[in-house]
Amino acid sequence: MEGLINFGILFLTMAGIYGILSLGLNVQWGFTGMLNVGIAAFFAVGAYSSAIVTSVGDLPHWGGIGAPMIIGFAAAMIVSGIMAFFVGLITLNLRSDYLAIASIGIAEIIRLVLKNEEWMTGGVNGFTGISGKFNNIFDGGHALLYMIMVMVVLGIAYFLCERAYKSPWGRVQRAIRENEIAARAMGKNSLSFRLQSFVLGSAIMGLGGAVYTHFTGFISPEAFDPLLATFLIWVMLIAGGSGNNKGAILGAFIIWGVWSGTEFITSSILPADMATQGAYLRVLFIGILLQAILLTRPQGLLPENAPQPDKD
Amino acid sequence: MISIQSLSKSFGGVKAVNGCSFDIEQGTITGLIGPNGAGKTTLFNMIAGAFAPTSGKIIYQGQDVTGLRADQLFHKGIVRTFQIPHEFERMTALENLMMVPPGQNGENLFRTWFSWAGVRNQEREVRKKGEEVLEFLQLTHIRDELAGNLSGGQKKLLELGRTMMTEAKVVLLDEPGAGVNRTLLAKLAEMIKQLRDERGYTFALIEHDMDLIAHLCDPVVCMAQGAVLCQGDFESVRSNEEVLEAYLGSSAHQETEGKA
Ligand SMILES: Nc1ncnc2c1ncn2[C@@H]1O[C@H](COP(=O)(O)OP(=O)(O)OP(=O)(O)O)[C@@H](O)[C@H]1O
Ligand SMILES: [Mg+2]
Repeated sequence: MEGLINFGILFLTMAGIYGILSLGLNVQWGFTGMLNVGIAAFFAVGAYSSAIVTSVGDLPHWGGIGAPMIIGFAAAMIVSGIMAFFVGLITLNLRSDYLAIASIGIAEIIRLVLKNEEWMTGGVNGFTGISGKFNNIFDGGHALLYMIMVMVVLGIAYFLCERAYKSPWGRVQRAIRENEIAARAMGKNSLSFRLQSFVLGSAIMGLGGAVYTHFTGFISPEAFDPLLATFLIWVMLIAGGSGNNKGAILGAFIIWGVWSGTEFITSSILPADMATQGAYLRVLFIGILLQAILLTRPQGLLPENAPQPDKD
Repeated sequence: MISIQSLSKSFGGVKAVNGCSFDIEQGTITGLIGPNGAGKTTLFNMIAGAFAPTSGKIIYQGQDVTGLRADQLFHKGIVRTFQIPHEFERMTALENLMMVPPGQNGENLFRTWFSWAGVRNQEREVRKKGEEVLEFLQLTHIRDELAGNLSGGQKKLLELGRTMMTEAKVVLLDEPGAGVNRTLLAKLAEMIKQLRDERGYTFALIEHDMDLIAHLCDPVVCMAQGAVLCQGDFESVRSNEEVLEAYLGSSAHQETEGKA
């Protein structure tokens, strides 16, 4: 019983973190229709930014500033947002398929920097000295508190995204998604709006990274490989329903459930030396699941419903 | 009001518009006619800033506006419709209209987060305006329908409705009559005249429906192969030999003659 509760706490924390990431992607893709295939870049930059400003001690890499966690969260959003601003400035007047290619490239560059610039990031050995590590369930209830905090952060992110979606701002974003030429003809500076959406979405992804950092207490480039940090988040949003903030969160919880559930299954069924094959099987399974969802519910579990301005 | 000066646009080898010059005078309803592929829509696209001309100039209110972006021209008062409806498919008919008014408070992200009440008040006004336009266009029953699900004619009306959501100076209408029923079309024609007379709007409109042109437009400009063939009042253009040959044909000539 206790094991189950503990498992539940860790599960909810990770699902909540993915919920935040999925919300960020929903702003970019669900609202505005921007194809960001480099989520990992913003996720990682957020994670490392928070690690740098909050870490303590004499470290062989950047860090040791010892700021409180909340400053870490803010730093993560700001740094990811600034990075998105410059990336967006260069790429957003590209066609959407080119943005996809450019964003893959940027994620790859970030991954190489994290791996190779040891003086800054600790390289492949990972970033040490992070204050806070809340994935230890034997640590006097801290994991529970952290889970609650993650839910609060997720709730705030949801609230801000939902209001943005329902506002005239969100309406312009959706108009750009539907027909950019017409949106421009109706006087909307689409480049500026797209840039805003890209920065907001990326800042939220950065926040997800910071929350992740303090959960695991240790980060290394491996944590941000494209499978876990980009592909899975896309599956979550598409399965949950892009354009729908609730769908983004629901997708994160369901897909994370399936992902961690299958890990349990493959590791208990397959012999230990087949662990790599096990990982492939899980990806395959997630792929099939996504197909099944899209065949039965082409718009995801919770389709976008265009807001109907309320009567009064 | 708008002076088009030897404007040209090539797409690869195709010269869609080729040295086209004419003026759209303040307060007129200028008709633009000509055979398919004459370059009428391409000309509109350049005036409205959808793309820049290959060469030539557009002077608007004494100012060179060649190459400005569509959204900048919108804010200067040039509003257009599309020949092929460019509706926002996965948005409701009402939302399609409500997105138009410029400078809405709620287009600022921070205001939507931190002064929601003000944003909502303005939303109410914008919604009311949108509902009025829908009512005028007899589209009230599809208010909350996704625009992508509307019929061709309804989409066409929604196109027109968007121009009614803002204070414009010049409205460019690309075949507003195509696919719209006759009674409603007569009402639209009245509205166009009324906006011109009461609010001083200037219109330029592309049409293949000669009755509508005859009823509304003075002057009429006939384009062929990317350039102006002739211009003047409808009668003079209609009876112009070149126009007859290139566009209306002698049978159309007799037909309109018979009706007149
Ligand atoms: N984006 C484009 N790319 C390539 N060619 C184009 C493009 N837009 C227009 N053209 C070409 O330019 C020419 C003029 O087209 P345009 O749409 O301006 O004609 P139009 O006078 O509006 O005709 P219609 O009465 O049929 O609407 C055509 O030959 C067309 O094929
Ligand atoms: Mg045309």
